[in-house]
Amino acid sequence: MRNAQKQQQGGFSREEILAILTEVKDPELPFIDIVELGIVRDVVLDGDTVRVDITPTYSGCPAMQVIEREVCDILAQNGFESAEVRTVYAPAWTTDWMSEETKQKFRDYGIAPPSGMAESGGGIAELVTLQRARPTIECPFCRSSNTVLKSEFGSTACKSIHFCNGCHQPFDYFKSF
Amino acid sequence: MQSAPAASSVSQYAMRLGDDRLVLGHRLSEWCGHGPILEEDIALANIALDLIGQATLFLKLAGETEGKGRSEDDLAYFREAVEYRNIHLVELPKGDYAFTIVRQFLFDVFSYHLLEQLMKSANAEIAGIAAKGFKEVRYHVRHSSEWVLRLGDGTAESHSRAQKALDELWRFSSEMFEADSIDREMAAAGIGADLDALKPKWETVVRDVLTRATLTIPDDPPAMTRGRKGSHTEALGHMLSEMQIVARSHPGAGW
Repeated sequence: MRNAQKQQQGGFSREEILAILTEVKDPELPFIDIVELGIVRDVVLDGDTVRVDITPTYSGCPAMQVIEREVCDILAQNGFESAEVRTVYAPAWTTDWMSEETKQKFRDYGIAPPSGMAESGGGIAELVTLQRARPTIECPFCRSSNTVLKSEFGSTACKSIHFCNGCHQPFDYFKSF
Repeated sequence: MQSAPAASSVSQYAMRLGDDRLVLGHRLSEWCGHGPILEEDIALANIALDLIGQATLFLKLAGETEGKGRSEDDLAYFREAVEYRNIHLVELPKGDYAFTIVRQFLFDVFSYHLLEQLMKSANAEIAGIAAKGFKEVRYHVRHSSEWVLRLGDGTAESHSRAQKALDELWRFSSEMFEADSIDREMAAAGIGADLDALKPKWETVVRDVLTRATLTIPDDPPAMTRGRKGSHTEALGHMLSEMQIVARSHPGAGW
């Protein structure tokens, strides 16, 4: 393998390893890689070993073990026998790390991307009301703004369920978090 | 005045934080496939997953600081009820949907203020876990408070069920704020939360929402509970026997 030879001949740069890691997709979002999702926090090279720091989207994200295994597999395929994956929790993952380009991939797949910045301010009084101002979520299919929230929790912790009154289709929204 | 606390105190403190969330998360997971409507079935399972995720992180820390080589799975699956350090509120059987929601609301508001404080913990691990969990709990508070308002100020049936749930649960709420020597040691070291400071914040929010939900807060004295000492209701043993049976029947099994 060319990559294995390259590894033996002097190794990869940090950027090249990040490029390799883009081959690992989020199992729940097969069109998004773990680098653009912000799960990969750091890559540290030390001789012929490499350490990859990853962070979970949500505390109980069940995809983390699969992702960790796939990171090790892809690095092994590229000649890294002793890849180490470390899970870090701070700073806490946020959808604010996603680029516009990545958000467009969500729309192309039929999921509304995170809208605006993750809310963090405001006190608890703003949370305990039925009259809360809700952000307008645009339908990923017809781009209509005439949509309603059906449930704050969807098929995974990171998504909520909405319905578009424009094209009469239900859709997922990747929550701003 | 801050003195360095013993690692065993940090371990015990992290174990309490983990146990409350593990037990409540498991109780919520019992709704999976039984929710009153599909959206709520999914919502309760999602919240359960968040809580079990937070529990995993706290118990991992508890195991590491304990120094006996126990993993988070060892702590979850191979401890008896008397070794669990959760409060009684979270271990009571799930009851009907109103009971589950009212309990969740009382705990969510507590957890919100607790994690908000713990984000500033002098222990970097606790601060990191709290910052992550806090973002999740914001969603939980929204969910449970909305449903308390809908159920309490809803139909005669939903109101009576919500009121009955509150009547049963209220006396268990004071245990959240009972500080013992571990809590005081952790608070003094800047690692743990000051429970005395949390209580008025919790009470203000809870009373406001319950009043708007047209529910009446009972005048009951606190229940006799010693969950932090390992004294539990019969219900926890039954819950653990179900939760732990696969791990205990097939130790070390993987797939």
